[in-house]
Amino acid sequence: MNLRNKLLAGVAATAMTLGAGTALADNMGGNIIVTYKDDVSTLDPAIGYDWQNWSMIKSLFDGLMDYKPGTTELVPDLAESYTISDDGLVYTFKLKPGVKFHNGRELVAADVKYTLDRVVNPETQSPGAGFFAAIDGFDAASAGEAEGLSGVNAVDDQTVEITLSRPDATFLHVMALNFAHVVPKEVVEEHGQDFGKHPVGTGAYEMTDWTLGQHVIFSRFDDYHVEGLPKLDQITFEVGQEPIVALLRLERGEIDIAGDGVPPAKFLEVTGNPEYDGSIVEGSQLHTGYITMNTQMAPFDNLKVRQAVNMAINKDRIVRIINGRAVPANQPLPPLMPGYDENYEGFKFDPDAAKALLAEAGFADGFTTELYVANTDPQPRIAQAIQQDLSNIGIKAEIKSLAQANVIAAGGEKDQAPMIWSGGMAWIADFPDPSNFYGPILGCGGAVPGGWNWAWYCNPELDKRAIAADAMADPSQAEARIEEWKKIFTEIQDEAPWVPVFNEQRFTIRSKRLAGPEGIFVDPVHIPVHYDHVYISEGN
Amino acid sequence: MYAYVIRRLIEAFLILLGVSFITFILLYLVPADPARQIAGRSATAQTVENIREQLGLNLPFYEQYWRYLVNLLQGDFGRSYLQKSEVGELIAARLPASLLLMVAAICTELVMGVLIGVIAAIKRDTPLDKGLMIFSFVGVSAPQFVVGILLLYVFAVQLEWFPIGGYGTFAHIVLPALTLGVLGTGWYSRMMRSSLIDVMTQDYIRTARAKGMPRMRVIFRHALPNAFLPIIAMIGIDIGFFMSGIVVVESVFGWPGIGQLAWQAIQRVDIPIIMGVTLVSACAIVLGNLVADLIAPFVDPRIKLK
Repeated sequence: MNLRNKLLAGVAATAMTLGAGTALADNMGGNIIVTYKDDVSTLDPAIGYDWQNWSMIKSLFDGLMDYKPGTTELVPDLAESYTISDDGLVYTFKLKPGVKFHNGRELVAADVKYTLDRVVNPETQSPGAGFFAAIDGFDAASAGEAEGLSGVNAVDDQTVEITLSRPDATFLHVMALNFAHVVPKEVVEEHGQDFGKHPVGTGAYEMTDWTLGQHVIFSRFDDYHVEGLPKLDQITFEVGQEPIVALLRLERGEIDIAGDGVPPAKFLEVTGNPEYDGSIVEGSQLHTGYITMNTQMAPFDNLKVRQAVNMAINKDRIVRIINGRAVPANQPLPPLMPGYDENYEGFKFDPDAAKALLAEAGFADGFTTELYVANTDPQPRIAQAIQQDLSNIGIKAEIKSLAQANVIAAGGEKDQAPMIWSGGMAWIADFPDPSNFYGPILGCGGAVPGGWNWAWYCNPELDKRAIAADAMADPSQAEARIEEWKKIFTEIQDEAPWVPVFNEQRFTIRSKRLAGPEGIFVDPVHIPVHYDHVYISEGN
Repeated sequence: MYAYVIRRLIEAFLILLGVSFITFILLYLVPADPARQIAGRSATAQTVENIREQLGLNLPFYEQYWRYLVNLLQGDFGRSYLQKSEVGELIAARLPASLLLMVAAICTELVMGVLIGVIAAIKRDTPLDKGLMIFSFVGVSAPQFVVGILLLYVFAVQLEWFPIGGYGTFAHIVLPALTLGVLGTGWYSRMMRSSLIDVMTQDYIRTARAKGMPRMRVIFRHALPNAFLPIIAMIGIDIGFFMSGIVVVESVFGWPGIGQLAWQAIQRVDIPIIMGVTLVSACAIVLGNLVADLIAPFVDPRIKLK
């Protein structure tokens, strides 16, 4: 290198340092790579409903409500403010002025109406339509008999008024769901069913490239309505990457987040490897893994049998089988969920008492039954542990290990699966409210063919109380409402339709250069990370 | 010749029809309910019913099949249940990557297979021949996922010569092509060896040698082209092996082809994609065989089409 070049290099280096210095100040800029094994399915907020596209959609679109990053606390987002009528039936949202879609058009109240009408329209086939059942006119709209929801009105460009047919304490959570994220009519109509491949929203990022089978690229939306966000210039989602390959690439610094996490078989190796110190963030999530017992099939129609099974399962051992990636559970609700009862004792592990109880129920010699389980690791190993525990009290369970979709189908039949280990298909809450852990999985409404209440547990008395609790929509009743839910869930557990086994912990694995506000790597609603707030810290 | 081609095309059509029927009936019998799958866990019974009706899933089997067939003949593979996109579009986007991988694998197995076969034939019954034949035996027998992971571990993870999976540059294709080609390499080298040894005993080879032609020249000028003939017929059949091989190899190496698409779809019971990929693969196999049969008489005038 001659002198002149050296000088030039020096100037360039100084300029670069200066550039980096300004970038450091507000942590703006930079690109990251996130990998996944499976293709991104769809980015249409009315359709997308898997944990992979859920948080991607959240960064492309916005709803009237959102959560404070890293928490379950509701805050207005596209709404600037909102008011609730005294009877809890009318919600009036004032929209934030000047919010723009990625195509440059300004968002107006009519877009919100269009969005909600679209999501409940049967043509849309939205898996989330049912969440909007409390809105006035839902039945007609969802049956395709009415043009749209009569309960949703755009009063003027900046005001949306939503009328409910019954008070619903979870309504603001519903407005924060992806299904209620606002879409522009003209773009949806242009692309029709392919809108999910050409998403246009008001979110922090816009989708700039989608090469099928290879990658999806999100780029910063310069007109985003929140000052100072997003932090990154670009996120590349690479698909088709096996989790194990993703880990190796992370180790080499080629990628920033292994979206599928640590493969179960590699867990101990990775957590024990000093190379990964500081790369793994552990947090809890709104998840419970459970064994269902079909309460409408003999012998599980007998309460004592169900209680005996609850006492027979060694949950600590199961947690050890999955290398401690969970905490043992004793009730349906996960600890992170409002309404979780810390003082509830549940059924203690006690095989002798279980055996006695089983004898009392008339099964001194035990019985034979079937345990359905999804056939992907580690589920069959967990099922074997359950099988051993059951055999200790005389119950012979035959393991039926099937593809996940087939287990789900069996659970939805009234008389097919006596027991199901829910692993891999267990309930993760859609929003942080206990109500979401009841209806579909423990309420009478879910105990229908094709439903998710695989215990076929239906207690009309509790159903009434659940409805009453959700009608307590006034903010002043919030605490009393949660207390009531707490009671409902512990009473359910006393009737033992499930064996709550554990609450899975979440482990996000990412490169050390990524940083962000507290809790964003274990954000309860954004998995694996809140993309809007994550940034590159040059300190590393 | 034309009559032959037309007859074969009609046969091909009937085969594909049969494949579509068998695949459709197998997938129809899978207990998972597509309408519930699309509707998701929070859907109401009403939503599930709507979807079932819109997709025609409430129709009797033969009517569903007929509908599928009619759409198929118009080039419409339907929409993926989970990805929501047109299946035709998903396959078209991934087909080039699979074809590229297959061409690379054919080159690999031809070059390596012929080379090993010729060396083994020339050095017949020496330790080198024995060693090469053991190698080809292992190549034929080893499961592709084992070979793939082994190559990945040694050459990408330990030696860092190649990237760990992915797509885009020449370096990316080496390991997947080797993995996919290793079966054919083993197969071809054994065929090449025995075919060459066989040809070498023919009269015209003896004549060539007798007139004083150098041994190497005899082998490359007279023996090799004749010994090569059975291999050409094999390439058509190979496409069938590749179609099953790419499912494994593409998944191991993160290669964005239709094999990976099929693997994802099978895991999630995305029926329209499974149907689509199966039909496209069947089509490729049938066409591959047809082309191989059509080419054969040009390469070897002794073969006549009937």
